[in-house]
Amino acid sequence: MVRGIAFLVGAAFAAVLAWALFWTVQGWISDPPAPTAEEEFHLHPRAASLRSDGITGKFDKQQLQRGFQVYKEVCAACHSLRFVAFRDLEGIGYNEGQVKAIAAGYDTVPSVNPDTGEPATRKGVPADRFPMPFANDIAARAANNNAVPPDLSYITRARHGGADYVYSLLTGYRDQAGYKNAKGEDILKAFPDVKTPNGLHFNPYFANLNIAMPPPLKSEGQVQYADGTRPTVDNMARDVSAFLVWAGDPNLEKRHQYGFFAVIFLLISAGLAYGAYRNVWRDVKH
Amino acid sequence: MSFPWAKQYQPKAPLMRWMDEKLPVPRLVYNAIGAGYPVPRNLNYWWNFGVLAGAALMVQIVTGIVLAMHFHSSAASAFDSVNGTIMRDVNAGWFLRYAHANGASMFFIVVYTHIFRGLYYGSYKAPREMVWLLGVVIFLLMMATAFMGYVLPWGQMSFWGAQVITGFFSAIPVVGETIRVWLLGGYAPDDAALNRFFSLHYLLPFVIAGVIILHIWALHIPGSNNPTGVDVKGEQDTVPFHPYYTAKDGFGLLVFLALFSVLIFYFPDYLGHPDNYIPANPLATPAHIVPEWYFWPFYAILRAFTSDFILPAKLWGVLAMFGSILLLFFLPWLDSSPVRSNNYRPKARIAFWVLVVDVLVLGYCGGSPATNTYIVLSQICAAYYFLHFLVILPMIARSERPTPLPNSITEAVLAGHGGTSPSETALAH
Repeated sequence: MVRGIAFLVGAAFAAVLAWALFWTVQGWISDPPAPTAEEEFHLHPRAASLRSDGITGKFDKQQLQRGFQVYKEVCAACHSLRFVAFRDLEGIGYNEGQVKAIAAGYDTVPSVNPDTGEPATRKGVPADRFPMPFANDIAARAANNNAVPPDLSYITRARHGGADYVYSLLTGYRDQAGYKNAKGEDILKAFPDVKTPNGLHFNPYFANLNIAMPPPLKSEGQVQYADGTRPTVDNMARDVSAFLVWAGDPNLEKRHQYGFFAVIFLLISAGLAYGAYRNVWRDVKH
Repeated sequence: MSFPWAKQYQPKAPLMRWMDEKLPVPRLVYNAIGAGYPVPRNLNYWWNFGVLAGAALMVQIVTGIVLAMHFHSSAASAFDSVNGTIMRDVNAGWFLRYAHANGASMFFIVVYTHIFRGLYYGSYKAPREMVWLLGVVIFLLMMATAFMGYVLPWGQMSFWGAQVITGFFSAIPVVGETIRVWLLGGYAPDDAALNRFFSLHYLLPFVIAGVIILHIWALHIPGSNNPTGVDVKGEQDTVPFHPYYTAKDGFGLLVFLALFSVLIFYFPDYLGHPDNYIPANPLATPAHIVPEWYFWPFYAILRAFTSDFILPAKLWGVLAMFGSILLLFFLPWLDSSPVRSNNYRPKARIAFWVLVVDVLVLGYCGGSPATNTYIVLSQICAAYYFLHFLVILPMIARSERPTPLPNSITEAVLAGHGGTSPSETALAH
């Protein structure tokens, strides 16, 4: 009885799947999917090769400070960093006094006037998180061609490719006219209708090739580094990517360190437990 | 019930004698996982996974209770409480969160292994049908719990996953949409849905713990299966659970914890999806909505139904997806072969390995974008999945000629093939 019903149910599902398979294949043959510009011209991120990569990754604090400078002087005009507090900056090598000074440099922290109760602003203190560049998403849209600049706190973990993606995107703006992929196809000859619309910018590392963000890092020397590193576009992009890895994962170093001890401890314990197991079973053939 | 030669609990200390008279909990433990439970002597490492599943549940409950102390179940602040408070401000909050998120993956890895071990060695067959049925109930509860837990951080995949999964109910003819709205407490996932998911996500693990007690209880009546699938014939076939299997499980548990730690400390995001680090946005659909990896095979079955056939394709997909799990309830009666272990079933063994590959391919397809290649593969593999359980296995059970079984566990052990694992058998033939 059970087997009879099962046979019918199994045959029914298989038949419906065969029917679906037939129409999928039929549609595939009669109307083969045409390659899209995204498939042909989207590029996978290039490696940023940061010190924080891999299981032995650590932070290069000098680089994080340079990256912070790029964030502060370039990105922060449009992008928030709302999960990071000024006090967290001690993690990239600033001391308490420097953190206080950095926080005090911001005078746009929302507050309330203690006498009148009116909304006001005040100077930052280390406990504050980075202030938002726009009052709300509508203001952000209005100022940015209808695209909200994403918060950067988790940007390296919220995109496939992580820091490599951020680095590639920042250095990946190209002139669309005459742009060729690795196969040598010219994008506008192969796909004449994909011309980048006004207000967007061609960037093959972006999923749909056209990004609302104008190239933020345009020329060498846009930021003046205090440590003598040459502020090339490539260096600035790499440094800010490194900083954003830290912003999204400030516990990375600690995590790798604890992990080392946890795994070693457990492997040694497992070895001892294996000995105990062999000892208990020594007289029992199994 | 237990074997007549099972050791009897004999409290020696006066306090333990007093306790045994008033509330014999030590006796219960002794008989359940102590020296009072005789277990076949030839269990191989695949038998470690039941204890590991219990350990994984404990890890989830402990980390989950602490996480709940810091979590806000409100659509406005759930994302911030997880990614701001827990990940950055709570002491070791990042560790708890990674342990809980990856603990769910470890739980499923262990449980899938446990299920496939049961399939290979015929542990679902008489007299252990009830153990298997309760196991399928646990599996269903786990899937519900894991789904609701994934919604809680309220990232993009949380939100859109909730949207897609509750959308299954709208495939029910006539009343589907009403049921969906009733389940969600609104037209789209929002505070009402988030709060009830949180409440149920906290409740269900304790229900699972309860069903696990029944699962173990039901197991202790016939006793554990073993790699030969042959019944225990006498005392020489068994060893007491403690110290023999407590020692072996202790070793297994430490290896499990070491691998778990590698995941937590070095690859915490490996099994997750980047989109869940973006706050939920009802106005922006992610390019590819994919569930967590442990749902991929079932997601592939759902998506394989692309053409209407009397019923709408979506309804077929939902029926097949639920059916693919519900059919497991009938497995003990579908496979009528009296031989349990696939070590002695040449045809069923081949079908088993085809099923393993089939489910892995389904999983791969379920995690990939719905392009023609993956849809076609899903359709073929989903058809095999149903045919395997509902047609092929029952037919093999009738026609197959099993290889000779050992007369007893001890005979097999002394001949050197008492604990033969699936891979050893596959390589030997």
